Amino acid sequence: MDFSFTETQGMLRDSLARYLRERYDFDTRQKMLALEGGRDPAVWKALAEELGILGAGFPEAHGGLGGGPVEHMVIMEELGRAIAVEPYLDTCIVGGGALLAAGGDHAETLIPAIIAGEVIIGFAWAEARSRYNPARIATRASADGSGWTLDGDKAVVIAGPYATHYLVTARTAGNPGDRDGVSLFLVGAGTAGISRRDYPTVDGWMASELHFERANVGPHALLGREGKALPLVEELIDRATAATCAEAAGTMRRLHELTLDYARQRVQFGQPISRFQVIQHRLVDMLMEVEQAVSMTYQATLRLDLPAAERARAVSQAKAKIAKGARFLGQAAIQTHGGIGITNELAAGHYFKRLTMLESRFGDQDHHLARLEALMLAEAA
Amino acid sequence: MDLAFSPEERAFRDEVRSFIADNYPPELRGKQDEGEELGKEDMLSWHRVLARKGWVAPAWPKEYGGPGWNATQRYIFSEELARADTIPVLPFGINMVGPVIYTFGTPEQKARFLPRILSGDDWWCQGYSEPGAGSDLASLRTRAERQGDHYIVNGQKTWTTLAQHADWGFFLVRTDPAAKPQEGISFLLIDMKTPGVTVRPIITLGGEHEVNEVWLENVKVPVENRVFEENKGWTCAKFLLAHERTGIAGVARSKRGIERLKAIARVEVDDDGQPLLMNPFFRRKVADLECDLTALEFTELRTLAGEAAGRGPGPESSLLKVKGTEIQQRITELVLEAVGHYGAPYFRAFPEGSNEYPIGPAHAHRAAPTYFNMRKTSIYGGSNEIQRNIIAKMVLGL
Ligand SMILES: Cc1cc2nc3c(=O)[nH]c(=O)nc-3n(C[C@H](O)[C@H](O)[C@H](O)COP(=O)(O)OP(=O)(O)OC[C@H]3O[C@@H](n4cnc5c(N)ncnc54)[C@H](O)[C@@H]3O)c2cc1C
Repeated sequence: MDFSFTETQGMLRDSLARYLRERYDFDTRQKMLALEGGRDPAVWKALAEELGILGAGFPEAHGGLGGGPVEHMVIMEELGRAIAVEPYLDTCIVGGGALLAAGGDHAETLIPAIIAGEVIIGFAWAEARSRYNPARIATRASADGSGWTLDGDKAVVIAGPYATHYLVTARTAGNPGDRDGVSLFLVGAGTAGISRRDYPTVDGWMASELHFERANVGPHALLGREGKALPLVEELIDRATAATCAEAAGTMRRLHELTLDYARQRVQFGQPISRFQVIQHRLVDMLMEVEQAVSMTYQATLRLDLPAAERARAVSQAKAKIAKGARFLGQAAIQTHGGIGITNELAAGHYFKRLTMLESRFGDQDHHLARLEALMLAEAA
Repeated sequence: MDLAFSPEERAFRDEVRSFIADNYPPELRGKQDEGEELGKEDMLSWHRVLARKGWVAPAWPKEYGGPGWNATQRYIFSEELARADTIPVLPFGINMVGPVIYTFGTPEQKARFLPRILSGDDWWCQGYSEPGAGSDLASLRTRAERQGDHYIVNGQKTWTTLAQHADWGFFLVRTDPAAKPQEGISFLLIDMKTPGVTVRPIITLGGEHEVNEVWLENVKVPVENRVFEENKGWTCAKFLLAHERTGIAGVARSKRGIERLKAIARVEVDDDGQPLLMNPFFRRKVADLECDLTALEFTELRTLAGEAAGRGPGPESSLLKVKGTEIQQRITELVLEAVGHYGAPYFRAFPEGSNEYPIGPAHAHRAAPTYFNMRKTSIYGGSNEIQRNIIAKMVLGL
């Protein structure tokens, strides 16, 4: 057993952490969010060119650095610490993961473009009535002589406004909820027949609603096998969920630090509020949630390559635990700050908002507990 | 012991119910349904309807313009308001400074201020908290120096709710810096239009402009605007805090909130496509919350009965505050859980030229901002930690 990071992983963390500390402090982030388009594209470029980290999780054969889940975890934790609005998860983990699984021409051309920062991928899996179940989708894809045509709607596609491509789940057969009949497509964002409504999210990101109307995406858009993509989609979501856990762990760690600093310097009744035992215990409980979030993130990350059921259990345990811990920690942080905590002025409030969204991203606590129960029942049967 | 209402009480309930049905401003209803932010005139419109009927200040003695109701009638009235989902009457005039003025004020102060509080002609704000004085309110530093028949006030207040609309504010200021903290404070009524008063917005997590900083620079306040004796303002403040806490349980509003939550959970679906309210996990959380609310409701009723029997609101009101705010917050958590992905989109206002939000179901739009915003309830009105300290000290004698 070994929980230490390799030298390369350590360097990866250090260089990203330094970059974010120096160039992505809270005030700078807020200024970027206020820019037209809600972000500064120069950051993504810097991640690609200056830091060269967008290839961290890709094989060397594709021009990557040959890493995997642990590299993703390291990067996501640091992005979470800075509450950065950079689509690494969507593009490199989910989009990249789909391309690696599919292989072929797409992988040959697009992976190098991802690594170079030229391609950004939005993951269009959720629908208005799907909740957190990737099989409960109604968007349809049909084939004719000229290729695939998509019809339907996708909800809350993160990075949608500035993505160059969308990774879209659609039904080539069956009905919402069926495991069979789900297919996966990679489509250019500018394809005729795709329309978008863009908006900001409560935690500072940009997202889109996508509408597909007779969108002809060509003959090569299908990734993997027609109608049989659900296992791959589930795997991609598990990888994304583990990455979300890492991000949440980073966000929690930083929010705990911010709260501790505040409690040390805020004086009421002639003493720092950190002297009150109820505040001390709360800060300790928060720390325990941070540590468990990190542990659960390791646990899930290190099990991502196991067979599906074991992977699912590891990931859902992590996310269920972290969703609960994140809520507790976020609320405790605001409460400890008092009035100043509910303003937009301090970083703490923005960490709280992000953490709240991470709670339910790729499934909330209920979703993951239900999944664990289903696994338990399947095992007992 | 008897839970049933008497025939008279039932008749009273029907009267209140039909009055609300006939008189609640329809344009307000529309805006509430759309989740639109309410402006000053919106908030005052319902106040004025109640004022004309003589019902705007249920707890005030009859001689000052109250309706002369007993505790049960007041309870029925607040239940009916919540049942009809009316907007709350702003507390600063009616529940806070009004009772201070009729309890501690001079005949001139009563005559001058009370009618305009009732009518809604004066909008009041509460200037207690300062950047350095939150939970430890008695450490406040805003200074009022006597010069002849005026005080000259200098300092900074913060978190002043809706001060941007206020005509008047009631302020705690230090008049004797040499005395012990609680003993050098006075209670001043300040016209917000006085030169030297500056109100600056503070934007909260959901993007709302609800609270403000209030800066006071050489503000000249006539001595006749001081309520009660000089350096005895803490007495008024303590009295007011007790008043502020009654009703803070918000039982009736939470009932309404749970109804709304259920309505949302009937249309939102779970992972299997069933209404969320059919989902055993979710349903159980709602049932659990309803247990908490019933426990709170009957604790409040017991407190009310005690009050009717002549025992004033005591430290038990701290219990109502803690449990009441926890329930209010829990409702917003479950609403946010219920709306799933559509908790994320953020809109401050309708898009230009439209009267609807373009994304997701209408009930989802305010779910996250409301969840964020309601964190305030365990912070203000004496934080929940401070309430527990009060219970520990006053009830348990620790
Ligand atoms: C939305 C909103 C509206 C408000 N409106 C008004 C208004 O209109 N007028 C007005 O005057 N004020 C208003 N307030 C201010 C409110 O009363 C204060 O926020 C409150 O008193 C807490 O003070 P603080 O924010 O400075 O927090 P602090 O007092 O700094 O508290 C920070 C944390 O320390 C804890 N703490 C402090 N002392 C102790 C202790 N002895 N033991 C254990 N824990 C402790 C607190 O519980 C809290 O968790 C408003 C606040 C909010 C959030």
